[in-house]
Amino acid sequence: MSRIVIDSDKCKACYLCINECPKKLIKISDKTNSLGNRVVEFDDPKGECLGCAMCATRCPDLAITEVYKG
Amino acid sequence: MIAEAPSSKKILTKGNYAIAQAAINAGCECYFGYPITPQSEIGEFMSGKMQELGRAYVSAESELAAMNMVIGACSTGAKAMTSSSSCAVSLMQEALSYATSDELPVVLISVMRGGPGLGNIYPSQGDYFQATKGGGNGDYRLIVLAPSTVQECVDLTYKAFYLAHKYKNPTVLLADGLLGQMMEPVEFKEYPYPEIDNSSWALTGAKGRDGRVIRSYAPLAENQCVFLEKLFAKYKAIEENETEWEEIGTEDADVILVSFGSTSRNVKTAMKLCREKGIKAGFFRPITLFPFPSKRLSELASKTKKMISVEVNMGQMINDVRLAVNGKIPVELINKPVGAPPAPEEIVTRIEELI
Amino acid sequence: MTTQVFKIPESLRENVKYSFCPGCDHGVAVRLVAEVLDEMELKEKSILVASIGCSVTLYDFLNVDSIEAPHGRALAEATGVKRARPDKFVFTYQGDGDFASIGLAESLHAALRGENVSAICINNTTYGMTGGQLGPTTLLGQVTTTSPTGRNLEYYGYPVKIAEHVALCDGTAFSARVSLDSVANIRKAKQAIKKAFEVQRQGLGFGFVEILSTCPTNWKMSPSKAHERVRNEMMKTYVSGVYKDVTSGEQAHIMRPSFV
Repeated sequence: MSRIVIDSDKCKACYLCINECPKKLIKISDKTNSLGNRVVEFDDPKGECLGCAMCATRCPDLAITEVYKG
Repeated sequence: MIAEAPSSKKILTKGNYAIAQAAINAGCECYFGYPITPQSEIGEFMSGKMQELGRAYVSAESELAAMNMVIGACSTGAKAMTSSSSCAVSLMQEALSYATSDELPVVLISVMRGGPGLGNIYPSQGDYFQATKGGGNGDYRLIVLAPSTVQECVDLTYKAFYLAHKYKNPTVLLADGLLGQMMEPVEFKEYPYPEIDNSSWALTGAKGRDGRVIRSYAPLAENQCVFLEKLFAKYKAIEENETEWEEIGTEDADVILVSFGSTSRNVKTAMKLCREKGIKAGFFRPITLFPFPSKRLSELASKTKKMISVEVNMGQMINDVRLAVNGKIPVELINKPVGAPPAPEEIVTRIEELI
Repeated sequence: MTTQVFKIPESLRENVKYSFCPGCDHGVAVRLVAEVLDEMELKEKSILVASIGCSVTLYDFLNVDSIEAPHGRALAEATGVKRARPDKFVFTYQGDGDFASIGLAESLHAALRGENVSAICINNTTYGMTGGQLGPTTLLGQVTTTSPTGRNLEYYGYPVKIAEHVALCDGTAFSARVSLDSVANIRKAKQAIKKAFEVQRQGLGFGFVEILSTCPTNWKMSPSKAHERVRNEMMKTYVSGVYKDVTSGEQAHIMRPSFV
């Protein structure tokens, strides 16, 4: 199953990844990280992630650290 | 033009060629430069010889670029140099400030001409301040060596490479147009100093280790404080170990003549003429301008009645002599603004007026 | 069967955290450089010459041997490094102010000499680190802190087209302009960086990539609006494409770019 890994500590809340996901699987969470940013979270209950890595390619801060396709 | 491997044979050559050959003998791997009279022969000599030896020579687009190229080469641990003169050395001040902060073994041959501004191509000592006080920003020092003969141009070029690498600090050979252009017999001995191991800091590619960083940026004030304390501890060690001077007849002198570089040769003759006339004159020549032999001058100030600084400028080194003497005795100036040094007889006449 | 299709490049320092503003494209550009260093196995023989501006702390991010050059002098220092150690891989990473304003002489002369080094130049049409002043690439009409009514021709003069100028130098082996405004363009940008590095590896001469990037903070735009500006305004003046590639016969004087 395709999935991504987010390192919340590196998220600067630019939210560029949200628009990039073709399946709209990334959203703003309720959590705040040590930088004080409302971080994003990966929410894929139906297993729709394509593993396209567009989110990780777009993320300017290496906050999406791993992408798996399968 | 000559190109001689180290030997005990004496060769008649001019100062600029002697400096270039000495740099090659010292193992200089890279020369970067831009022409300016009265030192252009150094670059001319290097362009042919370095290519022949498979070493690097680049005609830089400016002195600014030349000095930064030296920094780049030195960051890899290479022996690298540039040469220039007065108004063009002004262009290098930014890079020299960085190089002290980066702690890199930069070697600069500075062949002084008349200034300020474009000035002229006559010999001068008007860049004593430029070399010893610096025109770059921040707290730093350059090691400054002042030759007075073509032979010393050779010997002190060797030493410049050694000290630059030993202390990881930019080092200046401060010659002038007279030394650059005059011919004297010289001997090119083997480079007499040990090679310095730079494997702990040189940029070689991060193989089996983390990437090394040579930087001057210190965003936090406390980091900069620690760095500057360390840098100045190094300068203190340089002062203790490397201060060099020549003195003659100072023990019983009533008046001590202080002079550096090519000017000191006529001053030495003037001192002898004074002795013949019954004036008890002594001669003192700083060879390192930084570190300046302040301690020795301070000791001598307790034994003599007067010091006279003889310079071809409007009086620059005299400030350091006065600081060393610290008011114990009067310090006078005999100077010529620019050009060949005053003749010995002229110096004697002015000494007689002053004492 | 699951395969990993994205990971943090090994040429970055461990657990690296960028100091760039949120949404700044610098972070993407640095990652692309690291990915190319990984893929071309260049990390262990690389010497980076960092510059002054927002890119100054690049050596805190890339785990390669580095020296920080004074403002504008990166390519003079890179020349010194490469001439002293021709077997090393030498590259610079500079902003447009560093490369094309204060350092234009050093930059173009390195290209003219055909120095066998690579240069990455981030063009965000402003001096980012000092707070968004007018720079050499500021677009006509653009408001900055030192062009408060917009850059007008009569008062401020023209902006510089960097990739074109570099392409005109005989010593240039590769010159391209790319953009980071979309994922597709990010992928093209990586190919261009790879090419600029490859020409050095083959000893063909100067390799150059100008990367159109955002500065959301100083443009006072959201990161996604900033990308729209790159597309709708910057790319009109700064046309993307390969301006010179000696490996494919693409020549600068044609001035009609083809895409990577």
